[in-house]
Amino acid sequence: MEISISEGQNRVDVVTVSGRVDSATAPELEKKIRELFDKRRHQIVVDLAGVEYMSSAGLRTLVSSLKTAKSHGGNLVIAQPSARAHEVIELAGLNTVLAIYDNVVDAVRVF
Amino acid sequence: MAHVRRLTVRARIEQLSQIVDFVSQAAADTGFNADEIFHIQMAVDEACTNVVEHAYGGSGRGDIGVTCLIDPARGLRIEIRDRGKPFNPNSVPIPNSIQGASDVDQLGAGGLGIYFMRKLMDLVEFHFDDRQGNLLVMEKRRSR
Repeated sequence: MEISISEGQNRVDVVTVSGRVDSATAPELEKKIRELFDKRRHQIVVDLAGVEYMSSAGLRTLVSSLKTAKSHGGNLVIAQPSARAHEVIELAGLNTVLAIYDNVVDAVRVF
Repeated sequence: MAHVRRLTVRARIEQLSQIVDFVSQAAADTGFNADEIFHIQMAVDEACTNVVEHAYGGSGRGDIGVTCLIDPARGLRIEIRDRGKPFNPNSVPIPNSIQGASDVDQLGAGGLGIYFMRKLMDLVEFHFDDRQGNLLVMEKRRSR
């Protein structure tokens, strides 16, 4: 799994994730997002275009991060999930909870 | 003709990719397509994550034994054994998200792994006995 973070000037940050998000790697994603929270940045777009594989551990990280963001008046949304990531989100029934956008520009614009 | 492959690894999270690769190869050799292999990977990943985190409590002590029975005509049978705490599948809740929860505050953390296993495989059975420990059997059948 690889993660890159682009902190936006409009206080919306884009977390780009690629590779495998599973029980071995999800804690690293959680840590990176928590570092944003620690800086009082709670408006987050997670770009899942490059995700080849995601397990329930990855979903739990996304949901717990969404909860934290919302509890601080922010939000966490998903941008351009890969077919695999999208399938897993839908399989878990989380497409009603996680807002999904076709691209990063549209996702950033909702804040 | 059917044949059997076995792998035993330490029950650590960092070993799971080795199990997933092993099972993925068995699935490919059974003749499953890329989507089906992905589903089998997910089910096995979730199952073995449960073994590491729950059966062995994340201690890293103990082994996971994986047996694949490869039958290109009928499908793939996967047996996962551990000697950790007895697992009771009935103790695992149905995920709230599956029950239509749309409010993030209602979402719990547990249950998704087992839900995925049952959704993605044709057969999922949990067994326990004092001598052998936990045995999880999963099957994916070839569609005709």
